[in-house]
Amino acid sequence: MNPRPLDREDPDRLYTVTRGRSEAGDDTLDLVALIVAEDEPEPGMQSEHAAILRLCRGNPVAVVELSARLRLPVSVMKILLLDLRDMGRITVRHPSSAAAPTAYAADLETLKQVLVGLESI
Amino acid sequence: MDSKAFDPAAGAQPGDRFAGTPLRQTARDALKIVIVGGFGVGKTTMVGSVSEIRPLSTEETMTRAGIGIDDPGRVESKRTTTVAFDFGRISLDEQRVLYLFGAPGQERFWFLWDQLFSGSLGAIVLVDTRRLEECFYSVDRLEAHAMPFVVAVNRFDGPRPRLDRVRDALSLDDGIPLVECDARTRESSKSVLITLVRHLTHLREPSAVQEVAP
Ligand SMILES: Nc1nc2c(ncn2[C@@H]2O[C@H](COP(=O)(O)OP(=O)(O)OP(=O)(O)O)[C@@H](O)[C@H]2O)c(=O)[nH]1
Ligand SMILES: [Mg+2]
Repeated sequence: MNPRPLDREDPDRLYTVTRGRSEAGDDTLDLVALIVAEDEPEPGMQSEHAAILRLCRGNPVAVVELSARLRLPVSVMKILLLDLRDMGRITVRHPSSAAAPTAYAADLETLKQVLVGLESI
Repeated sequence: MDSKAFDPAAGAQPGDRFAGTPLRQTARDALKIVIVGGFGVGKTTMVGSVSEIRPLSTEETMTRAGIGIDDPGRVESKRTTTVAFDFGRISLDEQRVLYLFGAPGQERFWFLWDQLFSGSLGAIVLVDTRRLEECFYSVDRLEAHAMPFVVAVNRFDGPRPRLDRVRDALSLDDGIPLVECDARTRESSKSVLITLVRHLTHLREPSAVQEVAP
């Protein structure tokens, strides 16, 4: 993940506000982190939490896809997901590019696989 | 703008599990490519023409805090900007899935770019030559931040300026691929994506490409 804001020229501090909370430090989730439910929804659970667990039961679902399907802004979805992760109810498959040190997000092997994949669609 | 955030036709209902294909259970590494461009330039069309799911739409909200944030009297001066964007995906193999994002290129949406571009393979700047100036900002920003990109001129009706004219108008470096496309067809959109990935490979390993050239 590149922590350096692309918008360095903008002196204004931009930040997300999500019910008083915001993401911080290594608690960031990429838009395409893949989420897998580790648990069934329980009665009495916050309804958004339950809906997330239902959607990513069995197959992984990207953060941004959960956001679209549950019609919640991305920033709100991320906070809900961090809650669930802290409760141990989901696991997160972070994209390998999150660990990439530079703007070049993929190595040659990955790029080759992307080409093969694209050529077959 | 805000009213466009959730196109009822584009999003699935929460109850309806997956209108399209779910990801494979083995999917573990998601990659990103971003398509940027002005309003109506064909971003959603391009995403949809290659995606394995119908493009989904969502939004991100950003609160811009005024300088007087610590002054309770000025809390009201905070402004919220909402940006809608859409995306689709292509499963590449058992583990890798490529997400394609369509994002507006205007300056006021830059805060979204930060999230989209973090970890992205690269970008496609989609251009309508009738409104070429709309992509100046995107091209400048991408160059300033060393994000690799290609430029695709979407073919709309009417006169089409030659590509070398477009290259001049955008002051594009010779090394940056510039292609024409029709975002409505899968083959054409696919070929733009392939152009981008070849370009990325070339940037990674310029010697490999030079060997092929006579
Ligand atoms: N002739 C022609 N029309 C196109 C092409 N690509 C898209 N269109 C049409 O242009 C219109 C706008 O396309 P969209 O894909 O919605 O554009 P967009 O960039 O997502 O637009 P916004 O999200 O509103 O900014 C649609 O009616 C498309 O059918 C193309 O290559 N040629
Ligand atoms: Mg669109």
